[in-house]
Amino acid sequence: MSEPILATHALCKSFGALTATDDVSIDLRAGEIHAIIGPNGAGKSTLIAQICGALAPDAGTVELLGRDVTGLSTQARAQAGLARTFQISALAMEDTVLDNALLGALGAAGNPWRLWGRVSRDAALRDRAMAALDRVGLADHAGTRTADLSHGQRRQLEVAVALTLAPRAFVMDEPMAGLGAEGSRVMTGFLDGLRQEAPILLVEHDMDAVFALADRISVLVYGQVIATGTVDEIRADPAVRAAYLGEEA
Amino acid sequence: MIGERWINLAVPLALLAVPLYALMADEPFTITLATRATILALAAVGLNIALGIGGLVSLGHAVFFGLGGYAMGILAFHAQNYSPLEIGPLTFAGTKSMPVIWLVAVIVSAMAALLIGALSLRTSGVYFIMITLAFGQMFYYFAISWSAYGGEDGLSIYVRNGFPGLNTLVPIQFFAVCFVVLCLALALNAMLRASPFGLALNAARQVPQRVETVGLNPMRLKLMAFVISGAITGLAGALFADLNRFVSPSMFSWQLSGELIILIVIGGVGRLMGPVVGACLFVALEHWLGGLTDFWHVWLGVVLLGIVLFARGGVVGLLTGKAGPHV
Ligand SMILES: Nc1ncnc2c1ncn2[C@@H]1O[C@H](COP(=O)(O)OP(=O)(O)OP(=O)(O)O)[C@@H](O)[C@H]1O
Ligand SMILES: [Mg+2]
Repeated sequence: MSEPILATHALCKSFGALTATDDVSIDLRAGEIHAIIGPNGAGKSTLIAQICGALAPDAGTVELLGRDVTGLSTQARAQAGLARTFQISALAMEDTVLDNALLGALGAAGNPWRLWGRVSRDAALRDRAMAALDRVGLADHAGTRTADLSHGQRRQLEVAVALTLAPRAFVMDEPMAGLGAEGSRVMTGFLDGLRQEAPILLVEHDMDAVFALADRISVLVYGQVIATGTVDEIRADPAVRAAYLGEEA
Repeated sequence: MIGERWINLAVPLALLAVPLYALMADEPFTITLATRATILALAAVGLNIALGIGGLVSLGHAVFFGLGGYAMGILAFHAQNYSPLEIGPLTFAGTKSMPVIWLVAVIVSAMAALLIGALSLRTSGVYFIMITLAFGQMFYYFAISWSAYGGEDGLSIYVRNGFPGLNTLVPIQFFAVCFVVLCLALALNAMLRASPFGLALNAARQVPQRVETVGLNPMRLKLMAFVISGAITGLAGALFADLNRFVSPSMFSWQLSGELIILIVIGGVGRLMGPVVGACLFVALEHWLGGLTDFWHVWLGVVLLGIVLFARGGVVGLLTGKAGPHV
């Protein structure tokens, strides 16, 4: 089997007495969508924060493209090809939709030090930003102030900013949250195709989306991975049913 | 409601009209007041780059104002005494040339801003405010104890420094110099704001975690903004010293740092013309109310309170009808 694009090895993180990440080893392989599911407070976002560099683990390592990135900053990991979307939209609300996408394009270009010339007139940046907006269906809203977007559109913009980076791996924290039935369906279709470009580590509560998309699922409960497997394996797993799916289904 | 473009045009024209009127009415003191407003506006334009775009509440910008002032004072002092300026093994002649003084003021304050920014930006929020305040106090007390250059009494410069081709002793000509510098600083501010750097900095103020996740370093963006900001405020300090032909430690005082923030808040944080409107109102209030009562700061406080409570976008925000503190 080919080497994983992204992997964690025995990752641990505690907040005081609370163990939010408990010996987590997962990996993300080329071309796949690996879904992480688990009840509220299971430690999914905490895991993502450690993978992306926003939070330092107490122990364990994170590996990106075969390289140990545990000691690297968020910026360095992004430059190395990791793109993250946030559970709670982290967008420049006062700026336009295009500005947010341009920021991604600027990050991809890696040079924010040009102090002259209008960024909105830079054809290369603009094309890259508009292409990403177009893919998530926000091209018509390029000039809209981000604060005026609906909740679902903000989720789409989160994904668009990640797209501008043309990353080697996506890490998405609940991209469907609050999208509504139609929005979820569209996003599901979109992510389905996206895995060809780069694999996706997908944290998601929407079980229809997870079962439709995931090549593999890992179930996180109290910071621990209690099972990893295909959709069918997870559905059949008695421990999972007891700990998690039993409550929902 | 007025478009911000019109304000960006009207405010400098109004500022220009005051001394021109005063020239015809033969009121040289009014020209001096307008010059004072122009220079304070320049200092605040500098701060507004850090504060308005970068979100850095610096309570230590008087450091740069003071450094600019002392750059002028020291260079002119050595020139008027015909004594060489010795820094370690190097010896310089003093100078009475504004462009040279400005260059020194800009370089010195930019270097100080790099140092102070690199240390202060490790913190944020109230700690950032406190650390910049602490630096301000350090420079203030250093200037007081620096007896070679007047210590607490400051330094007087007998004749205003010169600018090639102009007679800077004529109030309107010195005003013109300051006004052109202000306009250039405003143009620089507008250019920065629209540039790739401005976009990234603006995002770094709002959502630093987003800026990191696209692979950019928000701290370095803010540091760059702080350096540019300090350099402009330093230049204003050199002009201010030239206006008064006097420098003293009070240029380093935290009250001055506070006043710069206050006049930006009054004018409109992050608005291009915010510092200009704020500085003009500040100088007008200081002059008229100050003539009526020694307690004019109370009335300034009332204005500030009204703005903070009812018009977060400052006067420019009121005029454009946009309530938010930023564009
Ligand atoms: N910075 C922090 N300090 C202390 N406790 C924290 C911190 N961040 C998260 N926690 C706790 O760690 C646990 C895991 O939180 P996390 O946000 O990772 O859960 P999650 O699986 O993403 O939940 P959700 O499905 O609600 O998004 C929770 O109990 C949370 O309260
Ligand atoms: Mg979460």
